[in-house]
Amino acid sequence: MNFWEYVSTRHQQLLTDAFQHVSAVFQCMVLATVLGVVIAVLSYRSSWGGSLAITSTAMILTIPSLAAIGLLIPLVGLGVPPTVIILTLYGLLPVVRNAIVGLRGVDPSLVDAAKGIGMSRTARLCKVELPLAWPPILTGIRVSTQMLMGIAAIAAYASGPGLGNEIFRGLASLGSANAINQVLAGTLGIVVLALLFDAAYVLLGRLTIPRGIRV
Amino acid sequence: MSETVTGPTETPAAGTTASGATIRLENLTKSYPGNPAPAVDNVTMDIKAGETVILVGPSGCGKSTTLKMINRLIEPTSGRIRINDEDVTDMDPVKLRRKIGYAIQSSGLFPHMTVAENIALVPKMTGWSKSGVKDRVEEMLDLVGLDPREFHGRYPRQLSGGQQQRVGVARALAADPPVLLMDEPFGAVDPITRDHLQDELIRLQHELHKTIVFVTHDFDEAIKLGDRIAVLRERSHIAQFDTPEAILTNPTDDFVSGFVGAGAALKRLNLTRVRDVGIADFPTVTVEDPLQLIFDKLRDGSHNELLMLDRRNRPYKWLRRGDLMRAKGSLARAGQLVHDTVTRDATLHDALEAVLTDSGGRVAVTGRRGEFIGVVDMQTLMNSVHELLEADRLTAMEHQHDLEHLRGHQTEQELEGGGSGL
Ligand SMILES: Nc1ncnc2c1ncn2[C@@H]1O[C@H](COP(=O)(O)OP(=O)(O)OP(=O)(O)O)[C@@H](O)[C@H]1O
Ligand SMILES: [Mg+2]
Repeated sequence: MNFWEYVSTRHQQLLTDAFQHVSAVFQCMVLATVLGVVIAVLSYRSSWGGSLAITSTAMILTIPSLAAIGLLIPLVGLGVPPTVIILTLYGLLPVVRNAIVGLRGVDPSLVDAAKGIGMSRTARLCKVELPLAWPPILTGIRVSTQMLMGIAAIAAYASGPGLGNEIFRGLASLGSANAINQVLAGTLGIVVLALLFDAAYVLLGRLTIPRGIRV
Repeated sequence: MSETVTGPTETPAAGTTASGATIRLENLTKSYPGNPAPAVDNVTMDIKAGETVILVGPSGCGKSTTLKMINRLIEPTSGRIRINDEDVTDMDPVKLRRKIGYAIQSSGLFPHMTVAENIALVPKMTGWSKSGVKDRVEEMLDLVGLDPREFHGRYPRQLSGGQQQRVGVARALAADPPVLLMDEPFGAVDPITRDHLQDELIRLQHELHKTIVFVTHDFDEAIKLGDRIAVLRERSHIAQFDTPEAILTNPTDDFVSGFVGAGAALKRLNLTRVRDVGIADFPTVTVEDPLQLIFDKLRDGSHNELLMLDRRNRPYKWLRRGDLMRAKGSLARAGQLVHDTVTRDATLHDALEAVLTDSGGRVAVTGRRGEFIGVVDMQTLMNSVHELLEADRLTAMEHQHDLEHLRGHQTEQELEGGGSGL
């Protein structure tokens, strides 16, 4: 059976895996974005707070993902929980870093003006600082998503959802007839999905970045 | 107020504006951490309602710091701020700032919002109705001389520097605050635009009577805009706080005269308008008068020169007796075309400029539609400048006298009462 025959006979399973892969990444990305922005908002105004946030989220990334997920299984069990935890944590760094850089990069005279015309702390943050920091934050989200697409494959190790199942099955049965096809299908699937995601982000950027600051 | 049932968030009707409030700074001091010398040291200043006060001084002398303490962008280390006799030193700064317009050098417009959204910010925050906000935005754009239809939906980056500044001022005035703080608002635009913006501000202030505190390091700007000027030296110590006339003619010390710069007498010319000096009559004829009449007028000896007006009474040509001799019966080529005229609102500086460039040493003064009113000549200008300077000197001396009197009085009181007044 060649690769295309394999894909056409197994397309039902592949589509399900692909959908779950995307869904897992998307949901964890939303979580990572919310968490990341909150962490950035809480820390960007103090220089050591910001460094602490960036360093600690960067540290998470240095832990090999396979090891991390293995360590989580005894704590939270198999399946969805370890997947969500791993993806969210790994997705944090680019969001936190870009949000801090973005928030710090807002022209101080604009912040001054916002204060000067009587905007409250919250209004300043929501109406001025975050919208102006949004382009770099979106870039962070984009980078994060690309990274999570790959890391999500590891989730299959903990019986999580996604295209990683194809890859792991293939790797486990190397030498058998369809082993290579399985690994290939899983990997290519992830690459294609990542490209689609990226296209979606370009669109999202056009929709959410205000016209006045679009480059 | 009590008859209207629209509640506390009511929108003021178009046309009514809150005019200025008094501002009193009492022993205001600001020390930044890590620096033993305060950036602003014990400033006391009284600003009247509806007055434009300019803070001027060298870079780093604490002008911005002083200004920002008024809306508490910078919290004073000690001292009090009173607006309309209300102590606002401990008031919620957000509430305070909504009653104080604030315009800064870089315009401070939010680039991700349209012009209309920028202007609407403060009225929206203070709870104006939707339609009220919308009308107000149009009104404000009109006020600063921008066509609402054209500029409404533009983003700041689609505006020129001068237009951005106008929008900045419109935003600062949008919620009709009694006080307006401006920190070098025209510092970043070219000289011609700056001149326009200054004229606009004068016009605005004529209509609105806000209390304006304006920071600049350009003394000419200070003279042009200020009802009173506070010349500050380092740490915001007030070197002199007085009218432009008094500062020009009677600087208290070398620091102030250094700041006034060379040509104080020339600068004085900017403070007086042509309407304030004698505008003299001048014999005129019109292009429609018969040639004979013109000849007769010149020949009868009383005038050496005539001003010929066109059909709409506007100055057209200067005619000398000699010109007519050479003209030989036709006026088409005789005489000198009028190059330059001034209005009654022109400054003496402009008038002098025109007189100096005219070979005859005089300039025609015209009314609103360009019609001839009279002439101003060199001699009149010289005389009035002398008179002005003399008068200034006298008032300054009187003023000085009053001040000394007052100071003597205060010392007396302090000696007697030991400062029990607090
Ligand atoms: N945040 C700050 N921390 C420490 N020192 C400051 C701070 N802001 C201003 N200063 C100091 O306070 C002094 C007054 O500054 P300020 O900005 O009020 O000057 P300025 O008169 O507005 O000058 P310029 O004309 O250059 O704008 C300066 O010596 C400045 O170095
Ligand atoms: Mg300054």
